[in-house]
Amino acid sequence: MGIIDKLNKDFESRVRLGIMSVLMVNEWVDFTEMKTLLNITDGNLASHASALEKSEYIAVKKEFVGKKPKTSYSVTERGRLAFKEHLSYLEKLMKS
Amino acid sequence: MNQKHQEDLAHIRSMMERSSRFISLSGLSGVFAGLSALIGGLYVYQLFKINGVDYFGEGDYERGYEGVSTIPFKLVSELVVTGIVILVCAFVFGLAFTIRKSKKYNLPIWTSATKKMLFNLAIPLTVGGVFCLSLLYHQNYGLVAPATLLFYGLALINAEKYTFSDIKYLGYCQLFLGCVSLFLIGYGLVFWIIGFGILHILYGLIMFRKYK
Repeated sequence: MGIIDKLNKDFESRVRLGIMSVLMVNEWVDFTEMKTLLNITDGNLASHASALEKSEYIAVKKEFVGKKPKTSYSVTERGRLAFKEHLSYLEKLMKS
Repeated sequence: MNQKHQEDLAHIRSMMERSSRFISLSGLSGVFAGLSALIGGLYVYQLFKINGVDYFGEGDYERGYEGVSTIPFKLVSELVVTGIVILVCAFVFGLAFTIRKSKKYNLPIWTSATKKMLFNLAIPLTVGGVFCLSLLYHQNYGLVAPATLLFYGLALINAEKYTFSDIKYLGYCQLFLGCVSLFLIGYGLVFWIIGFGILHILYGLIMFRKYK
């Protein structure tokens, strides 16, 4: 079972995989754009994003644009490494 | 288990693609932009004829710099208006088909990838536009057609990172046409129709079949 044990449990959900994929190729992505890209609800995105934030895989920035609050996400160095590792395990699994 | 991982990888790939590239551009946009240019080009040919310029005739009309710059001002302004009408038509068609495609595939349109693509497209296009205005100002009409092709080609190649990368091949073709037409001043309309009309239609059809 070696390799499968190494698969990161934090990335098991599709939504989390989606968030990480988007952030790997974009610097900062705001809440609304992430929501439409992944085609999910506010609550769904918020809970998965905060889980990823807790693991320190993503950074969250909260600011005000006019009077509206705006939340943006970006990937941390730790998150980038973890996701790359996860990807290479997935690829290895595919080959074997 | 294996299938889940395979789907995960496909999902990752598609999310990266979706979020970093503007992929709602429909091939039909290209086809209709090309048709607009084709009709516009033929209309310009008629304009020349009405104004006593036989474009393909070998009569006393002198080609080249001197010949072209004797075009009356009224004709030049009519040509500019025609050009703007073609541009607006192509843009409206492009927008309509893009909206249609993005609705069909449930893709968001106004994303940061779209903005980046438009910005990268706009830099060479704006400079090219100013350059062409200066050519008109200096009454150097012969170079307008080559310049539009060259700057458009550069704009496409510049935007390649943020949309279907196939667009760069269209860019290379426009650059090639533009370079050739620099040395065949007086045949600008012919190159213009090939570049903006025929190439767009061909590219649009290829893209439409490839990404349907």
